[in-house]
Amino acid sequence: MALMKIKFDLKKRVKLAQMLWLMYWFSIMAGVLVFSMGLFFKIELRKRSELMDNNESHFVPNILIGVGLLACCLNACGGKICYDSLDSTKFVKWKSILKPFLICCLFYNFLLIVTAMMCFAMRIPLEFTLAEGLKNGMKYYKDTDTPGRCYMKRTLDLMQMEFRCCGNNNYKDWFEIQWVSNRYLDFSSKEVKDRISSNVDGKYLMDAVPFSCCNPSSPRPCIQQQITNNSAHYSYEHYTEELNIWKRGCRDALVSYYGGMMNTIGILVLIVTLLQISVMIGLQYVNTSLSTLVNPEDPESESEGWILEKTVKETFTDIMAKMKAMGKGNQVDEGANEEAVTTVS
Amino acid sequence: MVLLKIKFPFQKRVRLAQGLWLLSWVAMFSGAITFAMGVFLKTELHRRSEVMHSMDIHIVPNLLMAVGLASVGINICAGKVCQDSLDPTRFPRWKMFLPPFFCFSVFLTSLLLVAMILSFALQPSLEESLKIGLKNGIRFYKDTDTPGRCFQKETIDRLQIEFQCCGNTNYRDWFEVQWISSRYLDFTSKEVKDRVRSNVDGRYLLDGVPFSCCNPASPRPCIQYSLLDNSAHYNYEYQSEELNLYNRGCRQALVSYYMGLMNTIGPCVLFDFLLQMTILVSLRYLQTAMEGVIGQENVEIETEGYILEKGVKETLLETKEKMKKLLQFARVGDASAVTPDTEPEADKPATA
Repeated sequence: MALMKIKFDLKKRVKLAQMLWLMYWFSIMAGVLVFSMGLFFKIELRKRSELMDNNESHFVPNILIGVGLLACCLNACGGKICYDSLDSTKFVKWKSILKPFLICCLFYNFLLIVTAMMCFAMRIPLEFTLAEGLKNGMKYYKDTDTPGRCYMKRTLDLMQMEFRCCGNNNYKDWFEIQWVSNRYLDFSSKEVKDRISSNVDGKYLMDAVPFSCCNPSSPRPCIQQQITNNSAHYSYEHYTEELNIWKRGCRDALVSYYGGMMNTIGILVLIVTLLQISVMIGLQYVNTSLSTLVNPEDPESESEGWILEKTVKETFTDIMAKMKAMGKGNQVDEGANEEAVTTVS
Repeated sequence: MVLLKIKFPFQKRVRLAQGLWLLSWVAMFSGAITFAMGVFLKTELHRRSEVMHSMDIHIVPNLLMAVGLASVGINICAGKVCQDSLDPTRFPRWKMFLPPFFCFSVFLTSLLLVAMILSFALQPSLEESLKIGLKNGIRFYKDTDTPGRCFQKETIDRLQIEFQCCGNTNYRDWFEVQWISSRYLDFTSKEVKDRVRSNVDGRYLLDGVPFSCCNPASPRPCIQYSLLDNSAHYNYEYQSEELNLYNRGCRQALVSYYMGLMNTIGPCVLFDFLLQMTILVSLRYLQTAMEGVIGQENVEIETEGYILEKGVKETLLETKEKMKKLLQFARVGDASAVTPDTEPEADKPATA
């Protein structure tokens, strides 16, 4: 009892083949789309790799690029098969490889689903990478004279302005590191000496943030220095002050930026998966309808098409039996060898 | 004496019509692109309209949009005429339509050149408009509590950050304006009282700039206040300090941005203009060549095509004569409305 059997006459077969050919073209374009999204994602990660300690994993974009390219190849093949299916002489050469091709398509669809899941799941490792990278980045903010780190200040400033964020978790992260280079500190002044002697590591710490944390929407000019000291500024209370500097942490901002991107890509990959599954089913119908012609000589005869020859359960037990038979075949060979050995000796 | 006469055998006519039909499709896309570029330029000008005083410069994108749309229509017409020209029975219906069509199209296409010239000619006007707009923006920077001006601060800050500029001409423009609102000044402190007393208008002026002037590429944390006081900061000399703040003025930054945009759009508009003129000239040739065929029995005869039937001077004189005749008709129409009253009176005495 076949699964989802449909009767096909010539007209219906031709229409199926034409529609499927068109859908294969759409699938090729979808494959190109997936490829370009993988490329875009890779470039975005590369752009901010300094903030991730150059440690970020490019696994997901690489898989997207590979899957996109594979989609183009498989769909081009499928389209050719559909095109040839209208001509029975050309279709003969495809008959033998059609079943393995369909099994390939099935595995490819599983791969697509796995890719989509990975897109959604990548948020978590990314969060850890960003936390680590931002912490180190802030540490090297002042090292504008150290080769290899001299652009960290600029990168962080531009990032804080672009993503409207301040610090790692929030602006207080800047209070815990020395972000003013020693080159610009007057070590003979009392204030500097006090601050340095006030902590164990001898760092110049202060309750101030860089200018890139300032929020342009604030009604008052930006207060960057002595943020926690209410008396240092007129009419200022840092507990109620909301618009002065960005409240959000940069890790949050970057994770939601990349997370949004990955969610969109994941949803698109799922849509492409649905498209791929439908063309695979269509190709199976083409295959079965062309191989069950009532009168093989007459191309206009009726035929039947189905997805599976037997029901799902029976097909499954068939496959298990085949695998067992293959396994037993090996054992029987070994047994025969042993007997041969024993009989000889 | 005909202007630029060319002989057209049948095959050449057919090929001209086909080539022109294809070219009209290309020109239609080109016209659509011109329209799109006009829209883009207009949105870019509109985005910064808060720091612009006058809207004179908007004529350039308006012209581009109008001509772009019109050229799409012109090219659709031209394509239709080409299609019909291959069938001598259908072509005559275009006879009355084509001469005014040509005048109209040439006029519209020349507007493209006008737009290009204007985009250079209006540069001083743009600069003046930006000068006044930015001056006002900087003056009203502190008025974040005045309705209608409360977003000036945010606009100017974002502008300075995006275009990497500071002030109108340079950063010193901020020294001449009170950009800190009086709400945040402690008028009991000596420092504030000194500064307010030091100038005639009682403004709180200081040698400091807003944070949006800070340059992220500077190796040291941004120095915003006491900019002219070398002793206020360690290892600082304001005369040699280059990277601390943005050196460019916002007026110059915006003018070069818009000029860059228009210089990019310029070649595309020029290409569209040349394409359109080519189509109009070829269409004229096709029209005059086909006119020789109308009424003839053998459609495949050789005909002549030209741009003007007589020389340029003679054509101008003829057009003037035609215009005069039209005006005379209008006047005669008025005169004949007056004369019928006098005639019956003249008849009466004779019969009496």
